[in-house]
This record gives sequence, structure tokens and C-alpha cells, in this order.
Amino acid sequence: MIEISHLTKSYGSLLAVNDISFTVQPGEVLGFLGPNGAGKSTTMKMITGFLTPTSGTIRVCGHDVEADPLAAKACMGYLPEGAPSYAEMTVRSFLEFIANVRGLTGDVRQRRLDDVIGRLALGSVLEQAIETLSKGFKRRVGLAQALLHDPQVLILDEPTDGLDPNQKHQVRTLISEMSKDKIIVISTHILEEVDAVCNRAIIIAGGRLLADDTPKNLASRAPSGRLDDVFREITTSTQVIPQRVPAHA
Amino acid sequence: MRNVATIFRREFASYFATPLAFVFIVIFLILAGVFAFYIGTFYERGQADLEPFFSYHPWLYLFLIPALSMRLWAEERKSGTIELLMTLPVTLWQAVVGKFLAAWLFAGVALALTFPMWITVNYLGDPDNGTILAAYIGSFLMAGGFLAIGACISATTRNQVIAFIFTVVVCFLFLLAGFALVLEVFEGWAPQPIIDAIASLSFLTHFTSISKGVIDFRDLLYFGTLIAVWLAANAIVLDLKKAD
Repeated sequence: MIEISHLTKSYGSLLAVNDISFTVQPGEVLGFLGPNGAGKSTTMKMITGFLTPTSGTIRVCGHDVEADPLAAKACMGYLPEGAPSYAEMTVRSFLEFIANVRGLTGDVRQRRLDDVIGRLALGSVLEQAIETLSKGFKRRVGLAQALLHDPQVLILDEPTDGLDPNQKHQVRTLISEMSKDKIIVISTHILEEVDAVCNRAIIIAGGRLLADDTPKNLASRAPSGRLDDVFREITTSTQVIPQRVPAHA
Repeated sequence: MRNVATIFRREFASYFATPLAFVFIVIFLILAGVFAFYIGTFYERGQADLEPFFSYHPWLYLFLIPALSMRLWAEERKSGTIELLMTLPVTLWQAVVGKFLAAWLFAGVALALTFPMWITVNYLGDPDNGTILAAYIGSFLMAGGFLAIGACISATTRNQVIAFIFTVVVCFLFLLAGFALVLEVFEGWAPQPIIDAIASLSFLTHFTSISKGVIDFRDLLYFGTLIAVWLAANAIVLDLKKAD
């Protein structure tokens, strides 16, 4: 379970994330929607313990991310924006490094490595340096890294960015397959993706949580019944201009 | 410990995954030889010791060690892998120490590969091998000091060139802390104890005393403290500006 309460992040006088609260239960695939600069990535970076919140608390699998970061990080898999990885390493040595850091040993380690390599079809590039791979393969290496320890919670920042339509379909299928007992949070600006894989969608803009509902219910808010129109209407209204911290604060 | 070892192994292997290791070691060995034989007049002075070899190490390190340390954190920032590393279940300390030890051991490998110098001097005469061992230890400790400074400065930027230049400057100040060039800046306004304290920070003084064959506890303490302080600063810098 992810429990987020009154989460705020400010950079100087700019509020990147402004008093966001929500919880996510196992079995939920949460789509994080919002225009660029809305605070999606900042929120994900705080959930995964990379950024420290200005105020508010985050609990993942019952562990407070600030007080007990190692326990929280151990139960999460994270694909950061842009799927960074060590360019000079081969796919195999990179995944083995992650397996070691995650504390996987023996049979389990081998089984998990085989599993993610198979699921993400990385078998043909195992001995290649990551820097020589196409964008699609790099993204899949990043996903493999996040899935390797079979985490309870998956945080995926734009998991299908840079993939071709077939690869996008594969990744969505993968996410749907895993979603039964896990918590999956994905950020995206592709609205059809939310329809395809998510059973819950949160729209944020200007650091504020503006909508939290199932994709179907959200879509029905617009006369046209299209998620695009709802998204546009919600995120372009005047109130989403980034809030300033009041002068006396 | 297991995490330190895992990060250490990855970092150490990364030197050898690119031409960096080869280029660094070859240049280091050539320059070490050039300094010892041509500038240090190893043959002409007719003494069976490695003093002309070791006495140029501080100057060799001044430019080569920052080239090794500049990538430590700046590259992680530039490529975004810092976000990956910091969201894995490892502590900041494990990452800082693991990466530093990898760079230090790599510098140690380059230093160890100068062993033909030691063979040569033993072939030519009858040197004091205890002194030579002490000088190797001193040189290795000094490399650690330079690297700790470089690691911390590398953590402040995503630009490796900036990391290199600042590391050279800071190392230069530490090298010459005991000399007039640096001390004159403080003389006249700073009280004498502070000037003495600055003078005692000099790499050169401590390295020279070890390389004469005297391994004094205070010199070991000096390098140990220096490395610990700069690595602590490294961790603090990372913690304060992980995402910038």
C-alpha cells in the first residue's frame, strides 16, 4: 500500500507539488496524468525516496520513506524518467549488478534474471553494451531492472516513451499481467494508455491534485465522453498556474 | 559491507569497460618514468634509491588524479544514473565509500605497475627497500587524499571539466599549503596558530616525511582524517543536492 499525506515540495518560492494526498491499494494500476511540469515526476521521485519532501509523509508497504528509506526502497521497483542505466555496462552485467544490490542469491537470483530477460525479450542483446542499444531496448532494460526483485510496488515514469506501437502494446500487456496483486503507478501523457492499462487515474497540474477517479468516470465528465477533452478542460483552467508560497510563509 | 562491495565491483569494472583504464595507466607510467629519469636525473645522481621517482608523484597526481576522480559523481549526474543508484536499497555512505575505494584501488593498480622501477634500482645497486616500501605507502595514501577531494568536488557538478579544474586548484592549494605562496595570503591578518594549522595541512610535508622511510602515526592520521573529512563532505553534498 502507498499512503501519501499532505505531500508538498517547494523549490524556493515555487510549489512543484502542493498538498497532495492519496492512497493506492494492491491491485490498482494508477495512471498519473498531467501536462509537462505538472509535478508528476517530482511526486514519483519523492515516493521512491530520491527527493525529500518539503512537508508531508509517504508510507510504502508500511514503511515511512524518510524514516526507514532502505525498507521502503527494498519493496519498490522504480523506472526513473528517461530510463537511465550505466551506458558502458553490458545488459547482463547491469542486471547482475542490480540483482546483487537487491540481495538476490542462488536459485532465486537465476530464476528472476531468466524471468525478466524472457519477459522483456532481452536475450538477444545480453552481451551488448547498453550504450549501443536502441531507445526501445534501453527502455526495456530499465523496466527489467525495476521488475527484477519482483517488487510489491512498481513506480514507472513514462514506461512506454520511445517505444514503437508493438513494443508499447507488449509493455501494456506486461503491466496488465502483473497488476493483480501489485501496486503499479505509471506516469504518462498518452491518454489511450490510461484507458488500456489503468483502473484509476489521477490528474495533476500546477502541483495540485485535480481529479482522482476511474478512467471511465473521468471520461464521462465530458459531453463527448472522451478522456482527452476532460484532460484538456481540467488542466487548462486558470487555477492550475503554479502556486507561489505566500510571502509570510 | 555487501553493498559497498557490490558498488565497488561495478565501479572498478567500469574503468576497464572503456579505454580509460588503459590510457590512464599508460600515461601514468610514461610520465612517472619521464619525471624520474629526465627531470629527476635518476642515473646521473648515481644513488641506488627511488627518491627522484617518488619526489615527482605529488605533481604527477596533481593532474592525473583529478582526471580519474572527475567522473565519479559528475557522470552519474549527467547520465541520470544517480537517481537509479539513490533509489536502490543502499545508503549514501555505502555508495560514497564503494565508489571511492574503486577509484583508489585503480590508482593503486597504476602505482603498483611502476614495479619495474623498483626492480631496476635493485639491479643497479643495493637500495633500502624499507624506505621504498614506505614511499609506496605514502604515495598511495596521498593518491587517496587527492581522490577524496576530487570525489567531493565531482559530486557538486554534472560537468566533468568543471570538476577537473576545481579539483586541480583545490589539490594545488593542499599541496602547497606549507609554502610561502599560500601562507603569504594569510600572513599579516590571521593569527599565528591558524597559519601553523594551514601549514600543517600540506600534502607535500606529510608525503615527504613518509617517503624518507619514517612512517609516523601523525602522517597516517593526517591522510586518514583528510580522506574521511572529504568523503563526509561528499556525502553531505550529495544529500543536499541529489536532484540538481
